[in-house]
Amino acid sequence: MAVVFEKPKALANVPLHYCPGCTHGIAHRLVAQALDALDCADNTIGVAPVGCAVFAYDYFNCDMQEAAHGRAPAVATGIKRVCPESVVFTYQGDGDLAAIGLAEITSAAMRGENITVIFINNAIYGMTGGQMAPTTLVGQKATTAPYGRQLVGQGSPIRVSEMIATLDGATYVERVSLHDAANVNRAKRAVEKAFRRQIEKKGFSMVEILSTCPTNWGLSPVEALNYIIKEQMLPVYPLGVLKEE
Amino acid sequence: MAICRIDTSACKGCGLCVNACPKGILALDDHNLNAKGYPPARLTQAELCIGCAVCATMCPDCAITVER
Ligand SMILES: Cc1ncc(C[n+]2csc(CCOP(=O)(O)OP(=O)(O)O)c2C)c(N)n1
Ligand code: SF4
Ligand code: SF4
Repeated sequence: MAVVFEKPKALANVPLHYCPGCTHGIAHRLVAQALDALDCADNTIGVAPVGCAVFAYDYFNCDMQEAAHGRAPAVATGIKRVCPESVVFTYQGDGDLAAIGLAEITSAAMRGENITVIFINNAIYGMTGGQMAPTTLVGQKATTAPYGRQLVGQGSPIRVSEMIATLDGATYVERVSLHDAANVNRAKRAVEKAFRRQIEKKGFSMVEILSTCPTNWGLSPVEALNYIIKEQMLPVYPLGVLKEE
Repeated sequence: MAICRIDTSACKGCGLCVNACPKGILALDDHNLNAKGYPPARLTQAELCIGCAVCATMCPDCAITVER
């Protein structure tokens, strides 16, 4: 018999602190699987965000650096320019990347920094207790939108991947989702491709991963996959490659 | 022949594997909580496992190992 699935080596052997069923854990595993597949963990430097993934620096068997809220792409830029032969990635939530850090991600993509960005879109601020994010769906409830996000006054969600794909500096942008095993496997291929392209010096790559926050969505982990991601997020955030060149 | 092993101490009882298993042979064990206080996933009919690893693919905590 052969092992068909086991914990990847690049994932540290410590329990993740995430809530039960939170798909941040799946996204972490996909990053680790990519580092294993490309055999590059020893030469990789990750940048952790502020948000629920703040402890990501403890979860990977590669070098890690913590950044101030939203500033991971700027920190990653500095690291990559000093260590151009290292594989450099950021792992950021949508509050981190699409709100306070929108300038940093936009500028890093504009400059065409040869880094990989793993963008976790769960349409809410998880760590701080469920406030509205720029990615929150119209009608979706948040502690700061108790009646649901209102189109008039609060606008409709930013589609970050579409926006970043308009920048010449971005060479690979794909949106994937974790709502079932087939999509997790698609996401796995996208994450690995983003890292491989960086190693091939093809420039800025970003994978947006639709992810859950069962705790702040007020749903069970299974309901979170079905009701929010599948039925409500997919129509607003269509999956697929937005740019590859 | 396939073997699906669940590290019940790492499990958080989220149920994503139970929901995903195409053979419907996983269940949360509400009667034997683990040290974290969660009802761990267990195989109800291990001999029916086909080793597809769909459960492990959906587990956020890497609590499942599959051999085939
Ligand atoms: C400068 C600064 N402003 C605000 C905060 C508070 N804060 C911490 S995490 C967070 C948002 C996190 O949301 P997201 O990036 O979507 O990650 P998630 O927790 O959902 O994974 C905010 C606003 C902070 N830590 N630092
Ligand atoms: S608060 Fe939400 S995003 Fe944060 S760990 Fe819990 S489920 Fe995941
Ligand atoms: S998916 Fe993992 S953590 Fe969730 S119930 Fe199954 S074994 Fe436990």
